[in-house]
Amino acid sequence: MSEPKLRIRGLNKSFRAGKIRTQALRDITIDLGQNEFVSLVGSSGCGKSTLLSIVAGLQDPDSGDMAIDGSPIEAPGLDRGVVFQSYTLLPWLTAQRNIEFALRAAGHAAPERRRIARDHLDLVQLGHCANLYPGELSGGMKQRVAIARALSYRPKMLLMDEPFGALDALTRQQMQELLTEIWDKHRLTVLFVTHDVEEAIYLSDRIVVMGIGPGRVTATFDVPIPRPRPVEVLESGMFLDLQRKVLRAIRESSKRLEPV
Amino acid sequence: MTEVAAGERPAPARATPVLEARRRRGGSGIGRTISRASFVTVASLVFAGLGLAWWAATRFSLVQPIFLPSPASVGSRLLFLASDGTMATDLGASLYRIAIGFLIASALAIPIGVLIGTFTTWEAAIEPLVDFIRYMPVVAFVPLSILWMGTGDGQKFLIIFIGTFFQQVLMVMDNVKRVPADFIGLGRTLGLPDRKILTRIVVPCALPGIWDTLRISLGWAWTWLVLAELVAATSGLGYRITVSQRYFQTNTIIGYILLLGGLGLVTDQAMKAAEAVLFRYAKRGRS
Ligand SMILES: Nc1ncnc2c1ncn2[C@@H]1O[C@H](COP(=O)(O)OP(=O)(O)OP(=O)(O)O)[C@@H](O)[C@H]1O
Ligand SMILES: [Mg+2]
Repeated sequence: MSEPKLRIRGLNKSFRAGKIRTQALRDITIDLGQNEFVSLVGSSGCGKSTLLSIVAGLQDPDSGDMAIDGSPIEAPGLDRGVVFQSYTLLPWLTAQRNIEFALRAAGHAAPERRRIARDHLDLVQLGHCANLYPGELSGGMKQRVAIARALSYRPKMLLMDEPFGALDALTRQQMQELLTEIWDKHRLTVLFVTHDVEEAIYLSDRIVVMGIGPGRVTATFDVPIPRPRPVEVLESGMFLDLQRKVLRAIRESSKRLEPV
Repeated sequence: MTEVAAGERPAPARATPVLEARRRRGGSGIGRTISRASFVTVASLVFAGLGLAWWAATRFSLVQPIFLPSPASVGSRLLFLASDGTMATDLGASLYRIAIGFLIASALAIPIGVLIGTFTTWEAAIEPLVDFIRYMPVVAFVPLSILWMGTGDGQKFLIIFIGTFFQQVLMVMDNVKRVPADFIGLGRTLGLPDRKILTRIVVPCALPGIWDTLRISLGWAWTWLVLAELVAATSGLGYRITVSQRYFQTNTIIGYILLLGGLGLVTDQAMKAAEAVLFRYAKRGRS
């Protein structure tokens, strides 16, 4: 068996609030293959964001191992591009400069930064907005710049926490298509958090369902729908059937185990 | 359930004309803005109204001129002081003191505020101490400052410093703490070291807030300056006010008080205008 892109083994994480310790994640074990698109779904508070930020290196787990291409994850790094739910575009920089900001951190020289940033704005169809500030962009446009920024320095993995949560249905659909395109073109490996099951199925190769109290993996579903996936697959019997199964799994796993 | 939904549906249709009627009346309400011209008009009317009341009070001798001289008397007195150079000397002395005192306070408060807003260890070391000193009354330091430094400019700098620095530190700390955690997370996922996260993300992000802090604390600095000059000085606007009290020159006192108000208004507006230019991006809405 080949080395997985991302390997998570026996991850535990708890938070202390006053004297009470709550376990947010218990014994999480997940593998992501090369160029695999995996979605994390589960009811609110099951630890999806926590897991993502641990993989990003922004929080430390209590125990467990994580590795990318076999090398352990110890700190945040440019090998994992993170797209936060809150866009996190720096408001004092234009769209173009926001991307250049990341490229500068990645050590690119100035002329190169300009060119790459331009190319990535074009990729998300925002070439005409290069000189606009985030305050002048709509939510969907901001999110596209954030994705362009995360892609610009060529991370091996993309970690996305409900990136389309705040978008309207139409923009959301467009963004999903764009993401699929980019994922395919750049052979990315994606870990995608969402609470929208339809979105998870449409985008993913595999869906990991997490349960609550404590957060743990309760089920995994392969998505056998062939790609490319036109919008019509949303209506197909296979799609709806899978959607029902995933929803049931979420419902069953959102019953708490035992008080911890 | 269905009934409730059906019952609710016409509600927006009924609400709309009410809103429209309000809008047509051009009334002000929560969240509604008025045009720049109307804003200026209302503000000017308030000033004019107060001026008129003052004029009437003196014109019809409701108060004795020794307590409240007429606008004309104050105006001509100010013109006289301006023409014989007294005002320029007084202004020069005061502006010099406030510039230096305020610069020293700000130059120290900004880095310290950024430091304690970013690193908890520094916060623990400095914040409680600053909070403690902050509640000590500035006026009580005036006699002490005279004992320490005499009545020269140094003592004025010290009083301005005590009055503004400790407030500024806490406000800058607060400005820095408002930087969204995700912005710092972004810096970390880009592999930036703490120092660069501080200079490239935290400081630029907090800058509009820090500018606001400076603008607000500059107003307090004026108060402390005049206080210091009232108590012990041989020049400056506050000194002139004390001297005038001795000779019952109420018109000078009121003229200088108005002058101080005007100076405050002008500097405040200037800093707001600079803010609009410096932080253009923020005006267009925040991301
Ligand atoms: N910094 C923290 N301190 C204390 N508890 C935390 C912290 N972060 C998360 N938790 C707890 O950990 C659990 C998981 O939180 P997390 O944000 O990962 O959930 P989530 O699955 O992303 O939920 P949602 O779908 O609502 O975003 C929750 O019970 C939350 O209260
Ligand atoms: Mg979350």
